[in-house]
Amino acid sequence: MLLLAVVVFNFILLSLVPGDIADTLAGESGGASQEVMDDIRRTYGLDRPFHIQLATYVGKVVQGDLGTSYYFNMPVTELILGRVAPTLLLVVTALVLAILIGTLFGVIASRRPNGLFSHFVTVLALVGFAAPVFWTAFLLIVLFVAMLEIMPLSGLVDPTTPRGTFSWYLDVLHHLFLPVLSLSSIYLASYSRLARASMMDVLGSDYIRTARAKGLGETSVTYKHALRNAVIPVITIAGLQFSHIFSGAVVVETVFTWPGLGTLAFESILRGDTPTIMGILFFSAMIVIVVNLLTDLTYRLVDPRIRSARNA
Amino acid sequence: MEAAAPLLEVEGLEVEFRTRQGVARVLDGIELSLEPGRTLGIVGESGCGKSITALSIMRLVPVPPGRIGAGAVRLKGEDLLQASEKRMREVRGKDISMIFQEPMTSLNPVYSIGDQIAETVRLHEGLSRRDSLDRAIEMLKAVHIPAAERRVREFPHQMSGGMRQRVMIAMALACQPSVLIADEPTTALDVTVQAQVFDLLKELQEKTGTAIILISHDMGAIAEMADRVMVMYAGRIVEEAATDEILESPRHPYTRGLIACVPHMEEEPPPERGALTEIPGVVPALTDLGSGCSFAPRCDHATDLCRSRAPQPFAVDADHRAACWLYGEAGTA
Ligand SMILES: Nc1ncnc2c1ncn2[C@@H]1O[C@H](COP(=O)(O)OP(=O)(O)O)[C@@H](O)[C@H]1O
Ligand code: SF4
Ligand SMILES: [Mg+2]
Repeated sequence: MLLLAVVVFNFILLSLVPGDIADTLAGESGGASQEVMDDIRRTYGLDRPFHIQLATYVGKVVQGDLGTSYYFNMPVTELILGRVAPTLLLVVTALVLAILIGTLFGVIASRRPNGLFSHFVTVLALVGFAAPVFWTAFLLIVLFVAMLEIMPLSGLVDPTTPRGTFSWYLDVLHHLFLPVLSLSSIYLASYSRLARASMMDVLGSDYIRTARAKGLGETSVTYKHALRNAVIPVITIAGLQFSHIFSGAVVVETVFTWPGLGTLAFESILRGDTPTIMGILFFSAMIVIVVNLLTDLTYRLVDPRIRSARNA
Repeated sequence: MEAAAPLLEVEGLEVEFRTRQGVARVLDGIELSLEPGRTLGIVGESGCGKSITALSIMRLVPVPPGRIGAGAVRLKGEDLLQASEKRMREVRGKDISMIFQEPMTSLNPVYSIGDQIAETVRLHEGLSRRDSLDRAIEMLKAVHIPAAERRVREFPHQMSGGMRQRVMIAMALACQPSVLIADEPTTALDVTVQAQVFDLLKELQEKTGTAIILISHDMGAIAEMADRVMVMYAGRIVEEAATDEILESPRHPYTRGLIACVPHMEEEPPPERGALTEIPGVVPALTDLGSGCSFAPRCDHATDLCRSRAPQPFAVDADHRAACWLYGEAGTA
């Protein structure tokens, strides 16, 4: 239901954009007669009334057909599936790193709230909040590509590396490094701040005093009794921010010409490739919904209160 | 009964807290002694230092802002204030256990109660997972939790406050400690549940011979449970004697105030038991205690001497002491 609403909304929104595929093609070939333009519009069904176009599109989407890309002249579904893997690799790696390292930073900082590391986390969070993704990305490029010359500038993998070999995977990781770092830095910063605050809160609670009164050492107290409670807000925020990180991926992919959905989306907008844009939007909505489900499942694993509240 | 060797002794305990208003002398010259199998009551208004006394014995006073400035806490002769942190971890939960005022928040919400009890047993007795869970079930039965085999897998949020306090008691007693410190164990519970928890504590004490330090601001609760009573005011002990003695002939004006606030101790528990706020006035700020008796601003008997010099504990009877100028003169004691 929600997905259907997304489809309709996207369709209406994109139909408001001036110009269509005929204008684009005509522009690319340096002008075309009205007859040719009409012909193109007829081929793509653009001459029919708006509500018929909408109904046709929705009907196809329901059957899993996202239409045909104007530019690539191939099914959008196929096009998207070919680009999903690099995007998921980028986004999931960035998210997991941000959560793991951010939480770890937060935990370490919380153990000495006035220590040097704690202040470092505060500053990091401030910088991370303030810096736009593309700025971080360019800064990293200047540092690692231009000055140190140890990282590749763009792409998924060096095309001369034989596909599927061990060195191919290594090369992908090598190419992944800078995009992941750019994308995860903001979230890493905000999660470490969140984890620090959450840990300090939990460490002051009664059940932590109970754990100490049982004779547990600080390591058990911190990593067993406190951490599991302290990650709950981090999971909540990470789940809520997933669509945010997804849109950040568009910027990062474009900067590093990472061959994922983000680059495809960006280029398709420039090309006026409406079916592809709508396909990507639809697909992204689906992923966000799936991620929400996953977040829910993680919750249940971590927090028994939610487990029984939902079962009841 | 008289000659039993003290199990736990506290001597000259001083604790300070650094606060924005200055250094607060939270405990000053605390002395206590506890014999095996007996119950010592500590009573006093909120903020007088009862919990900090308990936490000092466990060496769990938060440092900073707190600091144990002086004194000794001897468990069977061993001074715990000089012990290593590692040694303290062995003592906590095994020799001395503690239960707290807030059963609703004192258990970790993300672990089952069985896991939380078993954890203590595994830690101190090195039992296997299986055996420690069996012990947890055994302990739940001992505190009369019905369907223990099933409830051992439940989480704290699935239980009522009274049940959770039973779980806390089960956890505290799982390793048969020689001392149990119960810091206002029933304050957060309703009256019928309070009585059940006290009955349970008495029953378990008879079975196991654990000595109990019962902390309360409720003289009625103390009267029911304790062999001896220590009355605290503003970080000091103002009176100490056997329970019957204190109830029959309280000497310190503060203690008299407390007892007057418990209307009919022998009858049915009144709905609102012994709130101590009925003594006029408030506890002074611990950051600027003058040199005189800290109760003087609220005391009907206060004299110039009271306001200029703090009274030390005077013996008013065999085994009964009161820190009040009414019972001694400057230079004696
Ligand atoms: N963490 C702390 N920081 C500063 N002061 C504290 C802290 N904990 C306790 N105190 C002070 O110590 C005094 C005694 O507290 P406490 O032992 O908890 O009293 P109670 O008799 O109610 O248990 C209070 O006046 C309180 O203000
Ligand atoms: S010493 Fe003086 S002020 Fe203090 S309690 Fe006794 S009579 Fe009252
Ligand atoms: Mg208290």
